[in-house]
Amino acid sequence: MSLTGYEVEVERRGSAGLTTEEMTLNMGPQHPSTHGVLRFVVKADGEVMIEAIPDVGYLHRSIEKIAEKVGYHGFMPYTDRVDYIAAMFCNQGWGMVCERLAGIEVPKRGEYCRVIAAEFNRIASHLLSVGTMVLDIGAATPFFHAFRERERINDLLEELCGARLTYNYMRIGGVAWDLPPGFAEKSLAFLDQFEPLLDEFNDLITLNKLYIERVADVAVISAEEAINYNLVGPNLRGSGVKYDVRCDLAYSVYPELEFDVPVGCGEEGTVGDCFDRYIVRIREIKESVKILRQCFKQMPDGPVIAKVPRKFKPPAGDAYVRVESARGDMGWYAVSDGTEFPYRCRIRTGSFSGISIVDKVSRGLMLADLVAVIASLDIVAPEIDR
Amino acid sequence: MQGFLDRLMAQGYFAGVPAEVVYAIGMVGFGLVVVLGFILTVAGVTTFVERRVWARIQSRVGPNRVGPQGILQWLADGIKLVMKEDVVPHDADPRLFRLAPYVVTMGFVATFVVIPFTGQLVIADMNVGILYLTAVTALVVVGILMAGWGSNNKWSLIGGIRSAAQIVSYEIPAGLSIFPVVLLTGTLSMQGTIQAQGWAPYHWFVFNSPFTFAAFFILFISILAEGNRTPFDLPEAETELVAGFVTEYSGVRYLMFFLVEWGNLYVIGALMTTLYLGGWQIPPVTSNAVVQNVLQFLTFFLKSYFWVLVAMWIRATLPRVRVDQLMTTCWKYLVPIAFLNLIGQAVWIVLFPDGSRLAQALMTLLGFGIIGYFFYRVVFHLRRARPQMQFSPLS
Repeated sequence: MSLTGYEVEVERRGSAGLTTEEMTLNMGPQHPSTHGVLRFVVKADGEVMIEAIPDVGYLHRSIEKIAEKVGYHGFMPYTDRVDYIAAMFCNQGWGMVCERLAGIEVPKRGEYCRVIAAEFNRIASHLLSVGTMVLDIGAATPFFHAFRERERINDLLEELCGARLTYNYMRIGGVAWDLPPGFAEKSLAFLDQFEPLLDEFNDLITLNKLYIERVADVAVISAEEAINYNLVGPNLRGSGVKYDVRCDLAYSVYPELEFDVPVGCGEEGTVGDCFDRYIVRIREIKESVKILRQCFKQMPDGPVIAKVPRKFKPPAGDAYVRVESARGDMGWYAVSDGTEFPYRCRIRTGSFSGISIVDKVSRGLMLADLVAVIASLDIVAPEIDR
Repeated sequence: MQGFLDRLMAQGYFAGVPAEVVYAIGMVGFGLVVVLGFILTVAGVTTFVERRVWARIQSRVGPNRVGPQGILQWLADGIKLVMKEDVVPHDADPRLFRLAPYVVTMGFVATFVVIPFTGQLVIADMNVGILYLTAVTALVVVGILMAGWGSNNKWSLIGGIRSAAQIVSYEIPAGLSIFPVVLLTGTLSMQGTIQAQGWAPYHWFVFNSPFTFAAFFILFISILAEGNRTPFDLPEAETELVAGFVTEYSGVRYLMFFLVEWGNLYVIGALMTTLYLGGWQIPPVTSNAVVQNVLQFLTFFLKSYFWVLVAMWIRATLPRVRVDQLMTTCWKYLVPIAFLNLIGQAVWIVLFPDGSRLAQALMTLLGFGIIGYFFYRVVFHLRRARPQMQFSPLS
């Protein structure tokens, strides 16, 4: 019988006259290393975990219901808050689902602007993810180096759209503003300076024997398990499954861009361990840098947004759109009933599946490994609860 | 200390007072001076130095507002902690919870009784000095267990148990790495060990034989682990246990725990310096007793503080090991190596009763070669360093 955390069952086991109890610990909503407001009820036998049951809902803000009240245009800022670390993808998802409902086509330059913003955000999100993962393992310095780079990206995106975290940059039909003058030069300068620093980051922590000992062979998720549990994004690719929405269900201008999809291959341990998920993210940062350089070279001129009426009334129907967010395949589903307010909006996020596998994968691991598992699955609480 | 007091008595001070009373008052008085003047200052300043060193390693600045370059930050932190509310958790064991910080502080301060500052300034140069040091640092374990249990918090309990297991386990390789030096000198007294070394590097015990060279590194790792420093800082693993066994502590009690942690760094440095790096020995440049004492103090202090900085550097760079990896390292690797080391050193002494000049010269060259190669690599990296390592906004 599983616990929701309100009842506490104490099992006493006795052998050879010695009774031992399991300890029920609460890795509570306030904890330095659960990424966001999450709660785990951990049953542990000393240091070894027997169960780690997640308790979600601390960050539920009824965002999907709010969509029915504010309308299609007005919902765009709310999508930022669905996953505030990779907000551009949420913007893009909502924009795409509205465009599909109404049959709007985004101009080419608008699509390129979207991809540039999205890939910068992917780099920023991955930097945060690997930075906090190594911080949870104990290394403080690489965390600061990752955040220093993320600050530079935040500065660039602030120049682009005025905000550092919740961008609200995209609109239905394109993006809000064109790239400011000088943005391309500054971005290329940043990318030129950023790539060697990534190698330095790897020297410092990725190839560090102590770090590898902590994350290799920990929480191995096989490809079959990953598919069964609905994992997406770097979690899925870390288990060896080569699936990326940008390539397999091509959308936007990704078919015109050349990039690889890194897949975990068990180089330091088994395929699908924490190290694979981590190294897939590091490699994806490099791929995003490649994509960005191509975008700046290939961008055509033209308008950045299509003509969309102020009172946006798509015909009745529904649409489902998938975006490759930093955390994986993010699904956006909207049902329209012909009015200017959506009938239903549903968001499917990667962290929700990620947290469902934490319990399965942490049986038999030690308490210190639980932190590594949560960090390697890149679980962010706002995405789970919406 | 005793000799100093004897000389004073011979010159006629303290006439009419029995010798034991003079000794007792002298030791207590000097102990107070050491505790208030030296330990508090050094432990306090070390907190500030650690934050600045950490920050510079992480490409940021660190505290630089309070006082010139932030040098009074530790005073500000201390005053703030003293002014905090005295919080005792509701169901915590009242006596254990309140007593734990003081047991830990006792275990730490008592080590300063045998730590020499100069040739004559030591509170009590016991003839079992090193043994006393190892024994007294084990008091810290009791205090940590009391803190972990008395907090009535499962996370603190886990932290306390981890720490107790860690400190007790790493006492073994630490002790085994101290013995090669004891074999060489035949005495357990700290001053005796220093006096058996010379001021020149090739007279230091670290370069005496390959076995003491290896024992030096094993000792450093073991007493880092005893001091709960990264990479062995699981008991206070911030990201797992909030703050481990000190989670429920605030105010003065928290101050005690952290004074002990940072002061312990200095004790680590002092132990390494005494046993292996020649302690306060200086070349015979002066015969003025005061100048000699000052130079000796500076030598000892600088050598010990160097190890404090190395410990901070390691903490900023390396991640944490897991508990089972920690235990594996100790019992499966360090203990057998330390034993073999000890036997090797004993065999070495049988083969070369007066030490082997050739081996000493070779080890000295090896030691300085390593240091030289390190500096070469530092210069190599500095040449490649890019100004982008310094963060500056793009505008």
